[in-house]
This record gives sequence, C-alpha cells and structure tokens, in this order.
Amino acid sequence: MAYPRGGMALKDITFRVAKGEFAFLTGHSGAGKSTVLKLIYGELRPSEGEVRVSGFSVGEITKHEVPRLRRRLGIVFQDFGLLQDRTAEENVAFALEVTGARLDSIAAKVNRVLTQVGLASKARSYPTELSGGEQQRVAIARALVNDPPILLADEPTGNLDERATRGVFQLLRDIHAGGTCVVMATHDLDLVRQTTHRVIELREGAVVYDSAETPIASEGIS
Amino acid sequence: MRLVTRETFRSFQRAPLLSALSVTAIAFSLFTIGLFGLVAVNLRESLRGLEDRVEIVAFVLRGTPVETITLATQDITSFPEVATVTYVNEDEALKRAQQEMVEFRDAYRDLRVNPLPASIEVRLKEGFRDASHVAQVAERIEGFPFVDDVRYGRDWVERLDRLRNLAGVVGLVIGLAFAGVAIVIIGVTIRMTVLQRAREIRIMRLVGATDSFIRGPFLLDGAAKGLLGGLLAVGISWAAFLVFRRSDVLALQSLVFFETRHIAMGLLFGIAIGLGGSLVSVGRHLRNV
Repeated sequence: MAYPRGGMALKDITFRVAKGEFAFLTGHSGAGKSTVLKLIYGELRPSEGEVRVSGFSVGEITKHEVPRLRRRLGIVFQDFGLLQDRTAEENVAFALEVTGARLDSIAAKVNRVLTQVGLASKARSYPTELSGGEQQRVAIARALVNDPPILLADEPTGNLDERATRGVFQLLRDIHAGGTCVVMATHDLDLVRQTTHRVIELREGAVVYDSAETPIASEGIS
Repeated sequence: MRLVTRETFRSFQRAPLLSALSVTAIAFSLFTIGLFGLVAVNLRESLRGLEDRVEIVAFVLRGTPVETITLATQDITSFPEVATVTYVNEDEALKRAQQEMVEFRDAYRDLRVNPLPASIEVRLKEGFRDASHVAQVAERIEGFPFVDDVRYGRDWVERLDRLRNLAGVVGLVIGLAFAGVAIVIIGVTIRMTVLQRAREIRIMRLVGATDSFIRGPFLLDGAAKGLLGGLLAVGISWAAFLVFRRSDVLALQSLVFFETRHIAMGLLFGIAIGLGGSLVSVGRHLRNV
C-alpha cells in the first residue's frame, strides 16, 4: 500500500483473519494499523496485492459496491463519531435509516442493540450528556445494528479512562462471543495481554509478529 | 422520502443562521436579476408602444375607382404580416388634416379643390414591425399600379430596430453576468452547508449509505433554499417596484411588474440554481472524501 506522494504505508504483509475470530492489530502510532483497517472498509485501495473481505475484493470493487461492503461491517473509532445533535437512539437509528431499512423495524432493532450495550435507559440522552465510555457504547451499538459479521475497531479505548476501557473491551469480547469477527487496532498492550486472542503486530508497515503464525494464504493484504 | 424531508428540516433547524444566509444570498442574487429583468420588461413595454406606431401609408393616384381600391385592400389584408388595413379617402384626409394641423385650419377651409390624396394605411402584426418586414410589405404595396407613393418612416423604423437589438444584447449579457454571479454565490453558501455537515456525510458513508442517498437531503435543501430565496426576491422586487412607481418621476409611474409566468420562471430558476449549487458542492465533496 503506497502513500499518494510516494513511500509505502504497508509493505509485503499477508495475513488472514477467519470468520468469528478476534484479532488485535498492535503497533506504535504510524505502524500502519489504521491503514490496514481502511483497506478493509474500502476507504483506501491497495496499490498492489489483494484485500478480500467477506466475498469482496477491495482492490476491484466499483465505487457503487463500497456501500454494500460497508453494510457487512461495523466500524468503531477512537473519537466515537457520534452526531452531537441526535440522541443515542437517533444515532443508532441513523445507520439503519441511511441504508434503507424498513421504518417499522427500526425502533425494535435500536432498542435491542442499546440493551445489548447496556444503554437502554439512556436512549434519549444526547452525546454531551453521556460519558466517554457510554458514547463509545452508543457507537458500538450503531456498528452492530445492521448485524454485521465483522466489527472493526480503530483504537476504541484510546479516549477512555481505565474503567471505561475495561467495560468497552468486555463488550467487544461479548460481541465476539456471539459469533462476530472482531478486528481491533490498539496500542494498549495491557489490554492485549489480558487475553489469549490473536495478536498481529505491525512495525513500519510490516507484520513483525503474528501469534497465530498463519501460513501465507491466498487472501491477504499487500 | 420522509427521511429526506426530515433531514432537510433538520438542516434548517441545526444551522438557522447559515440557512438564512444561503436564502438571503439567493434572494439578493435573484433580486439583482429581477431588478434588471424589471428594467428589461419595461424597456420592452416602451418599445412595444413605439412599435404600435409603425405604419405603412400608400398614397393612391387620383381617380382610382373605389372598387379597385376595395379589391386591393382585401388583397393587402390577406398578407401574413398585415394586421389592419384602413382606407382613407380624400375627404377624410382633409378632415383629419383640419383637425390635426390646427395652424393650417384656415388655409384648408378656403380651398376650392382638395389637394390631399386618398391613402391606404397598413398596420403590421407584432413580430413583423422590424425594418426588413416593413420594407418588404411596402415594396409589395408599391407594386399596385394605382399606388403613387409609399411611406413608412424608414429611418425611424431602422432606428427602432437598432434599439431593439441593442436592448436584447445588453439584456442578455448583463442578465447572464448577474446569473453567473448568483450561481457562484449560491454555490459557495451551499458548499459551506456541505462542509458544516462533513462529519455527518462521513458517518453516512461509513455505515454504508450510497452517494445518491447522501445527496438526497442536500438536493432538497438546495431546492428549498432556492425556492425561498426566489420568493423573497419576488417580494423585494415588488417592494422596489412600488417605491419606483410612487416616485415623482412621471416616466416611472407607468412602470409595469412581471407577469405571473415571469415570476414562475424566476422561482423555477431559483430552484434550479439551488439544486445545481447543491449538486456541484455535494458531488465535489463526495469525490474528495
């Protein structure tokens, strides 16, 4: 994966994350974690090689197919990405509305995911009335509401205190336990050490460690 | 559609100041066009008044039988350019002269023989009152053997033609310039709206909204602002029109306002530039993010 102005953001990296797996992407800032995630959700296209996600080949899909790819993914960011002028339930419902969900099914789905993330009682609260951890839970609820098979989380605990971090991380593990594949980029090694999940470590755009030691597969990121 | 409408309302609610700014920018841009349009409409109205006076007069040779003239009159009436044909015999010509030229009234009264010839006065239909049509018709009338002379004020008609062309060209150029400026201003204000909602657009894209879906509320927003701006511009133009008409300047008191169809066209233009501005701004933004 090349930078637009030259130089490589990612180089010679190949790995495969299986259905229902939990994988950490670790590494220092600038190691290429976010670039990997952007390649997965189609914000960036690989300059060489292949990226395969849930039946889509990111390098080859047309612009019109990108929304279809993203509906197969839930994405969570460090900055939560909530709309400040909408309540928690409106933020979650937004993801369904803009993808053309049936209007009569929205309320029930929103209620289900807000309950799942433990925020049913704060459905009518605005982001400014919620703590950082709660805002991230709303963002996770929004990512989950379309029942995606894959959840991508880019430093989801980066802006949270220790307690909120634990809560959000546990929530992600619960989601994974429910069968969702979770790929989480983080530089919080304490968090990584708490679990036995797979760890893929990046340094200067290359994989320097993969706890699964997956043999090079046909599907990968270059 | 319900969602698109709701999102549009939300955009007005969320940024009332920016929305008001966009509507005002559209309104004033359209108002400048409207003001210029008002000048153009009134100029055309005055030209039409002048055009009404375009007339071809064919003087008839003395002694021509009335039947011949009647037949010729029917003939001329059937010309496609001709609106009305009036025959003025010698007596009527004298009577008119006595009425219209008061200073010569005594001279005309003492005449033993009427020196004035009979004439055929021809008025043309609207759209045929330009120099070339008038000259063509005059030439055809001159072909009748009993016609002694044909007059239509060639210089005057040609000058009218030049005035009309000049007004048309100036109108087009200034109108286009104003419209161009209006589109730029509107594009900029709508771009501000788009930038203000960049975060929302990003989230929409990340959750899998299609570009056409994202465009929807912006287009409706642009169209609504265009329509509101258009209505406001009509209001301001009407107010300006009333101020002008109530002024002491006599020429301004007979000003006319736009016809309904012109107003409808102005509003449609407002909607079109609102839509166009949104389409360009959102399109550019979607390409860049």
